[in-house]
Amino acid sequence: MSKPEFIYVTYIETTAEKLWHALTDGEFTARYWFGARLRSDWKVGSSFEMVRSDGTVSDAGKVVECDPPRRLAYTFINLSDKYKNEFPALATFVLEPYGKLVKLTLTQEGFVEGGKFYAGISKGWPAILSSLKSLLETGEPLQIPFEALKMEEA
Amino acid sequence: MNIDHFKPLTVYTIYIASTPEKVWEALTSAEFSRKYFFGNAVEIDLRVGGAYIVRTPDGSLHISGEVAECVPYRKLTFTFNVNWPDLIEKLGPTLVTYDIEPAGDAVRLTMTESHDRPLDDDILSGGRQGWPAILSSLKSLLETGEPLVVKMAPPARMLAALKKLGIKTP
Repeated sequence: MSKPEFIYVTYIETTAEKLWHALTDGEFTARYWFGARLRSDWKVGSSFEMVRSDGTVSDAGKVVECDPPRRLAYTFINLSDKYKNEFPALATFVLEPYGKLVKLTLTQEGFVEGGKFYAGISKGWPAILSSLKSLLETGEPLQIPFEALKMEEA
Repeated sequence: MNIDHFKPLTVYTIYIASTPEKVWEALTSAEFSRKYFFGNAVEIDLRVGGAYIVRTPDGSLHISGEVAECVPYRKLTFTFNVNWPDLIEKLGPTLVTYDIEPAGDAVRLTMTESHDRPLDDDILSGGRQGWPAILSSLKSLLETGEPLVVKMAPPARMLAALKKLGIKTP
Protein backbone atom coordinates (compact mmCIF):
# COMPACT_ATOMS: atom_id res chain seq x y z
CA MET A 1 0.00 0.00 0.00
CA SER A 2 1.32 3.43 -0.87
CA LYS A 3 1.99 5.89 1.94
CA PRO A 4 -0.62 8.63 2.31
CA GLU A 5 0.63 11.94 1.02
CA PHE A 6 -0.78 15.40 0.51
CA ILE A 7 0.19 17.14 -2.73
CA TYR A 8 -0.48 20.78 -3.57
CA VAL A 9 0.54 22.44 -6.83
CA THR A 10 0.39 26.13 -7.65
CA TYR A 11 1.78 28.31 -10.43
CA ILE A 12 3.32 31.66 -9.47
CA GLU A 13 4.46 34.51 -11.68
CA THR A 14 7.93 34.96 -10.17
CA THR A 15 11.43 33.52 -10.48
CA ALA A 16 12.73 30.36 -8.83
CA GLU A 17 15.25 32.50 -6.89
CA LYS A 18 12.56 34.79 -5.45
CA LEU A 19 10.37 31.82 -4.58
CA TRP A 20 13.31 30.11 -2.88
CA HIS A 21 13.93 33.23 -0.81
CA ALA A 22 10.22 33.37 0.06
CA LEU A 23 10.33 29.77 1.33
CA THR A 24 13.52 30.09 3.39
CA ASP A 25 13.71 33.66 4.74
CA GLY A 26 12.10 33.97 8.17
CA GLU A 27 11.21 37.65 7.83
CA PHE A 28 9.46 36.85 4.55
CA THR A 29 7.64 33.72 5.76
CA ALA A 30 6.21 35.69 8.71
CA ARG A 31 4.29 37.81 6.20
CA TYR A 32 2.30 34.95 4.62
CA TRP A 33 2.56 31.97 7.04
CA PHE A 34 0.16 33.07 9.79
CA GLY A 35 3.05 34.99 11.35
CA ALA A 36 5.42 31.99 11.52
CA ARG A 37 9.12 32.69 11.00
CA LEU A 38 11.07 29.70 9.70
CA ARG A 39 14.48 29.43 11.33
CA SER A 40 17.33 27.34 9.95
CA ASP A 41 20.75 27.72 8.37
CA TRP A 42 19.40 25.44 5.61
CA LYS A 43 22.23 22.94 5.66
CA VAL A 44 21.32 19.28 5.34
CA GLY A 45 21.07 17.84 8.85
CA SER A 46 20.64 21.26 10.51
CA SER A 47 17.74 22.02 12.80
CA PHE A 48 14.58 23.58 11.46
CA GLU A 49 12.04 25.51 13.54
CA MET A 50 8.81 27.40 13.04
CA VAL A 51 8.76 30.36 15.43
CA ARG A 52 5.54 32.14 16.41
CA SER A 53 5.35 35.94 16.59
CA ASP A 54 5.71 35.72 20.40
CA GLY A 55 9.03 33.89 19.98
CA THR A 56 7.87 30.41 21.02
CA VAL A 57 8.57 27.44 18.77
CA SER A 58 5.49 25.70 17.31
CA ASP A 59 7.17 23.03 15.16
CA ALA A 60 10.67 21.56 15.03
CA GLY A 61 12.56 19.20 12.73
CA LYS A 62 15.60 18.82 10.49
CA VAL A 63 16.62 19.88 6.99
CA VAL A 64 16.70 16.80 4.77
CA GLU A 65 17.39 18.28 1.32
CA CYS A 66 18.57 21.71 0.22
CA ASP A 67 19.35 22.35 -3.44
CA PRO A 68 18.69 26.05 -4.15
CA PRO A 69 16.64 27.09 -6.02
CA ARG A 70 15.18 23.69 -6.93
CA ARG A 71 14.46 21.38 -4.00
CA LEU A 72 13.94 21.86 -0.29
CA ALA A 73 12.80 19.23 2.20
CA TYR A 74 12.48 19.19 5.97
CA THR A 75 10.89 17.10 8.67
CA PHE A 76 8.84 18.59 11.46
CA ILE A 77 6.79 17.70 14.49
CA ASN A 78 4.15 20.02 15.85
CA LEU A 79 4.96 20.55 19.53
CA SER A 80 1.42 21.41 20.66
CA ASP A 81 -0.79 18.76 22.21
CA LYS A 82 -3.64 19.80 19.95
CA TYR A 83 -2.09 19.22 16.52
CA LYS A 84 0.82 16.94 17.40
CA ASN A 85 1.56 14.61 14.50
CA GLU A 86 1.53 10.88 14.89
CA PHE A 87 5.16 10.75 13.58
CA PRO A 88 7.49 13.29 11.92
CA ALA A 89 6.09 14.86 8.78
CA LEU A 90 8.26 15.35 5.71
CA ALA A 91 7.55 18.38 3.53
CA THR A 92 9.25 18.55 0.13
CA PHE A 93 9.11 21.63 -2.10
CA VAL A 94 10.01 21.32 -5.78
CA LEU A 95 10.42 24.53 -7.81
CA GLU A 96 10.31 24.25 -11.61
CA PRO A 97 10.63 27.18 -14.03
CA TYR A 98 7.62 27.14 -16.34
CA GLY A 99 7.87 29.84 -19.01
CA LYS A 100 7.46 33.13 -17.15
CA LEU A 101 6.14 31.22 -14.15
CA VAL A 102 7.36 28.83 -11.50
CA LYS A 103 5.48 25.64 -10.76
CA LEU A 104 5.63 24.90 -7.05
CA THR A 105 4.83 21.37 -5.88
CA LEU A 106 4.54 20.65 -2.18
CA THR A 107 4.40 17.01 -1.13
CA GLN A 108 3.86 16.13 2.47
CA GLU A 109 4.25 12.64 3.84
CA GLY A 110 4.14 11.35 7.38
CA PHE A 111 0.64 11.26 8.76
CA VAL A 112 -2.18 8.83 9.36
CA GLU A 113 -4.88 9.09 6.73
CA GLY A 114 -8.01 10.59 8.23
CA GLY A 115 -6.14 11.65 11.40
CA LYS A 116 -6.41 15.12 12.88
CA PHE A 117 -2.92 16.08 11.73
CA TYR A 118 -3.97 15.33 8.15
CA ALA A 119 -7.06 17.54 8.59
CA GLY A 120 -4.72 20.31 9.75
CA ILE A 121 -2.25 20.14 6.87
CA SER A 122 -4.90 19.73 4.18
CA LYS A 123 -6.51 22.95 5.42
CA GLY A 124 -3.33 24.82 6.29
CA TRP A 125 -1.19 24.41 3.16
CA PRO A 126 -3.67 25.82 0.61
CA ALA A 127 -4.07 28.97 2.75
CA ILE A 128 -0.32 29.41 3.29
CA LEU A 129 0.62 28.80 -0.35
CA SER A 130 -2.26 30.96 -1.68
CA SER A 131 -1.03 33.82 0.50
CA LEU A 132 2.55 33.25 -0.68
CA LYS A 133 1.39 33.47 -4.32
CA SER A 134 -0.50 36.72 -3.62
CA LEU A 135 2.50 38.23 -1.85
CA LEU A 136 4.90 37.45 -4.71
CA GLU A 137 2.48 38.57 -7.45
CA THR A 138 0.83 41.62 -5.86
CA GLY A 139 3.16 42.62 -3.01
CA GLU A 140 0.44 41.89 -0.44
CA PRO A 141 -0.30 38.64 1.40
CA LEU A 142 -3.88 37.48 2.01
CA GLN A 143 -5.62 38.42 5.24
CA ILE A 144 -7.01 35.05 6.30
CA PRO A 145 -7.90 34.74 10.00
CA PHE A 146 -6.65 31.40 11.34
CA GLU A 147 -10.18 30.64 12.59
CA ALA A 148 -11.43 30.78 8.98
CA LEU A 149 -9.56 27.51 8.29
CA LYS A 150 -12.07 25.68 10.52
CA MET A 151 -9.37 23.34 11.82
CA GLU A 152 -11.77 21.84 14.33
CA GLU A 153 -14.15 20.50 11.70
CA ALA A 154 -13.19 17.13 10.31
CA MET B 1 -30.36 14.48 -11.04
CA ASN B 2 -29.40 12.35 -8.04
CA ILE B 3 -25.79 13.05 -7.10
CA ASP B 4 -25.68 11.29 -3.73
CA HIS B 5 -23.70 8.32 -5.03
CA PHE B 6 -20.78 10.43 -6.32
CA LYS B 7 -17.58 10.33 -4.25
CA PRO B 8 -14.94 13.10 -4.22
CA LEU B 9 -11.69 11.85 -5.79
CA THR B 10 -9.87 15.15 -6.38
CA VAL B 11 -10.09 18.27 -4.20
CA TYR B 12 -8.28 21.57 -4.79
CA THR B 13 -8.61 24.57 -2.48
CA ILE B 14 -7.33 28.07 -3.23
CA TYR B 15 -7.75 31.39 -1.42
CA ILE B 16 -8.33 34.52 -3.47
CA ALA B 17 -8.29 38.22 -2.48
CA SER B 18 -11.71 38.91 -3.98
CA THR B 19 -15.43 38.74 -3.20
CA PRO B 20 -17.76 35.73 -3.58
CA GLU B 21 -19.64 37.67 -6.27
CA LYS B 22 -16.53 38.25 -8.39
CA VAL B 23 -15.33 34.66 -7.98
CA TRP B 24 -18.79 33.44 -9.04
CA GLU B 25 -18.74 35.68 -12.10
CA ALA B 26 -15.26 34.49 -13.05
CA LEU B 27 -16.36 30.83 -12.78
CA THR B 28 -19.56 31.26 -14.79
CA SER B 29 -18.80 33.73 -17.58
CA ALA B 30 -17.33 32.92 -20.99
CA GLU B 31 -15.50 36.23 -21.17
CA PHE B 32 -13.61 35.52 -17.93
CA SER B 33 -13.05 31.82 -18.53
CA ARG B 34 -11.37 32.40 -21.89
CA LYS B 35 -8.64 34.26 -20.02
CA TYR B 36 -7.77 31.61 -17.42
CA PHE B 37 -9.13 28.28 -18.76
CA PHE B 38 -6.70 27.66 -21.65
CA GLY B 39 -8.82 29.91 -23.90
CA ASN B 40 -11.96 27.79 -23.38
CA ALA B 41 -15.37 29.45 -23.04
CA VAL B 42 -17.73 28.33 -20.25
CA GLU B 43 -21.40 28.76 -21.19
CA ILE B 44 -23.80 28.00 -18.39
CA ASP B 45 -27.53 28.29 -17.89
CA LEU B 46 -27.56 29.08 -14.16
CA ARG B 47 -30.49 27.00 -12.92
CA VAL B 48 -30.87 23.39 -11.81
CA GLY B 49 -31.21 21.33 -14.99
CA GLY B 50 -29.63 24.08 -17.10
CA ALA B 51 -26.88 23.27 -19.59
CA TYR B 52 -23.15 23.54 -18.82
CA ILE B 53 -20.93 23.76 -21.90
CA VAL B 54 -17.24 24.39 -22.53
CA ARG B 55 -16.14 25.40 -26.04
CA THR B 56 -12.56 25.34 -27.25
CA PRO B 57 -11.10 28.57 -28.72
CA ASP B 58 -12.24 27.46 -32.22
CA GLY B 59 -15.84 27.20 -30.96
CA SER B 60 -16.18 23.42 -30.97
CA LEU B 61 -17.92 21.60 -28.14
CA HIS B 62 -15.37 20.18 -25.68
CA ILE B 63 -17.26 19.49 -22.43
CA SER B 64 -20.98 19.24 -21.81
CA GLY B 65 -23.03 18.76 -18.69
CA GLU B 66 -26.00 19.80 -16.62
CA VAL B 67 -26.35 21.98 -13.54
CA ALA B 68 -27.26 19.93 -10.44
CA GLU B 69 -27.00 22.57 -7.69
CA CYS B 70 -26.97 26.33 -8.02
CA VAL B 71 -26.77 28.64 -4.99
CA PRO B 72 -25.51 31.96 -6.39
CA TYR B 73 -22.18 33.12 -4.89
CA ARG B 74 -22.02 30.00 -2.66
CA LYS B 75 -22.19 26.70 -4.50
CA LEU B 76 -22.36 25.36 -8.04
CA THR B 77 -22.46 21.68 -9.00
CA PHE B 78 -22.63 20.36 -12.55
CA THR B 79 -21.70 17.35 -14.64
CA PHE B 80 -18.53 17.87 -16.64
CA ASN B 81 -18.24 15.33 -19.42
CA VAL B 82 -15.48 15.56 -22.00
CA ASN B 83 -16.91 14.80 -25.44
CA TRP B 84 -14.65 11.95 -26.41
CA PRO B 85 -16.35 8.86 -27.83
CA ASP B 86 -16.94 6.07 -25.26
CA LEU B 87 -15.54 8.14 -22.39
CA ILE B 88 -18.78 8.40 -20.44
CA GLU B 89 -19.77 4.80 -21.24
CA LYS B 90 -16.48 3.45 -19.86
CA LEU B 91 -15.71 5.85 -17.01
CA GLY B 92 -19.10 7.27 -16.04
CA PRO B 93 -19.96 10.92 -15.60
CA THR B 94 -17.73 13.47 -13.88
CA LEU B 95 -19.27 15.82 -11.34
CA VAL B 96 -17.62 19.14 -10.42
CA THR B 97 -18.57 21.27 -7.40
CA TYR B 98 -17.35 24.77 -6.63
CA ASP B 99 -17.81 25.88 -3.01
CA ILE B 100 -17.26 29.57 -2.36
CA GLU B 101 -16.85 30.78 1.25
CA PRO B 102 -15.71 34.05 2.77
CA ALA B 103 -12.46 33.68 4.76
CA GLY B 104 -11.57 36.99 6.38
CA ASP B 105 -10.86 39.48 3.60
CA ALA B 106 -10.34 36.62 1.15
CA VAL B 107 -12.52 33.95 -0.44
CA ARG B 108 -11.93 30.21 -0.17
CA LEU B 109 -12.72 28.41 -3.42
CA THR B 110 -12.85 24.62 -3.21
CA MET B 111 -13.13 22.55 -6.39
CA THR B 112 -14.24 18.97 -5.88
CA GLU B 113 -14.22 16.45 -8.72
CA SER B 114 -16.43 13.48 -7.94
CA HIS B 115 -17.20 10.22 -9.70
CA ASP B 116 -19.82 7.50 -9.36
CA ARG B 117 -17.23 4.69 -9.36
CA PRO B 118 -13.60 4.19 -8.30
CA LEU B 119 -11.08 5.39 -10.92
CA ASP B 120 -7.35 4.89 -10.84
CA ASP B 121 -4.80 7.65 -10.41
CA ASP B 122 -3.76 7.49 -14.08
CA ILE B 123 -7.26 8.44 -15.22
CA LEU B 124 -7.54 11.13 -12.54
CA SER B 125 -4.11 12.60 -13.37
CA GLY B 126 -5.55 14.73 -16.17
CA GLY B 127 -7.80 16.70 -13.83
CA ARG B 128 -5.13 16.79 -11.14
CA GLN B 129 -2.74 18.37 -13.67
CA GLY B 130 -5.29 20.81 -15.07
CA TRP B 131 -7.18 22.20 -12.07
CA PRO B 132 -4.18 23.74 -10.22
CA ALA B 133 -3.13 25.57 -13.40
CA ILE B 134 -6.66 26.80 -14.18
CA LEU B 135 -7.41 27.96 -10.65
CA SER B 136 -3.93 29.49 -10.11
CA SER B 137 -4.56 31.55 -13.24
CA LEU B 138 -8.08 32.50 -12.09
CA LYS B 139 -6.60 33.75 -8.80
CA SER B 140 -3.97 35.84 -10.60
CA LEU B 141 -6.62 37.28 -12.94
CA LEU B 142 -8.83 38.39 -10.05
CA GLU B 143 -5.95 39.74 -7.96
CA THR B 144 -3.73 41.37 -10.57
CA GLY B 145 -6.02 41.83 -13.60
CA GLU B 146 -3.80 39.49 -15.63
CA PRO B 147 -4.11 35.71 -15.98
CA LEU B 148 -1.06 33.42 -16.01
CA VAL B 149 0.28 32.12 -19.28
CA VAL B 150 0.44 28.41 -18.51
CA LYS B 151 1.60 26.47 -21.56
CA MET B 152 0.70 22.99 -20.49
CA ALA B 153 1.76 19.83 -22.27
CA PRO B 154 -1.08 17.35 -22.97
CA PRO B 155 -1.86 15.09 -19.98
CA ALA B 156 0.23 12.18 -21.31
CA ARG B 157 -0.37 9.83 -18.35
CA MET B 158 -4.16 10.18 -18.60
CA LEU B 159 -4.19 9.91 -22.41
CA ALA B 160 -2.15 6.67 -22.25
CA ALA B 161 -4.59 5.25 -19.67
CA LEU B 162 -7.60 6.20 -21.84
CA LYS B 163 -5.97 4.62 -24.89
CA LYS B 164 -5.53 1.37 -22.97
CA LEU B 165 -9.26 1.39 -22.26
CA GLY B 166 -9.97 1.83 -25.98
CA ILE B 167 -11.17 5.42 -25.63
CA LYS B 168 -10.26 7.50 -28.67
CA THR B 169 -8.73 10.87 -27.85
CA PRO B 170 -7.89 13.73 -30.24
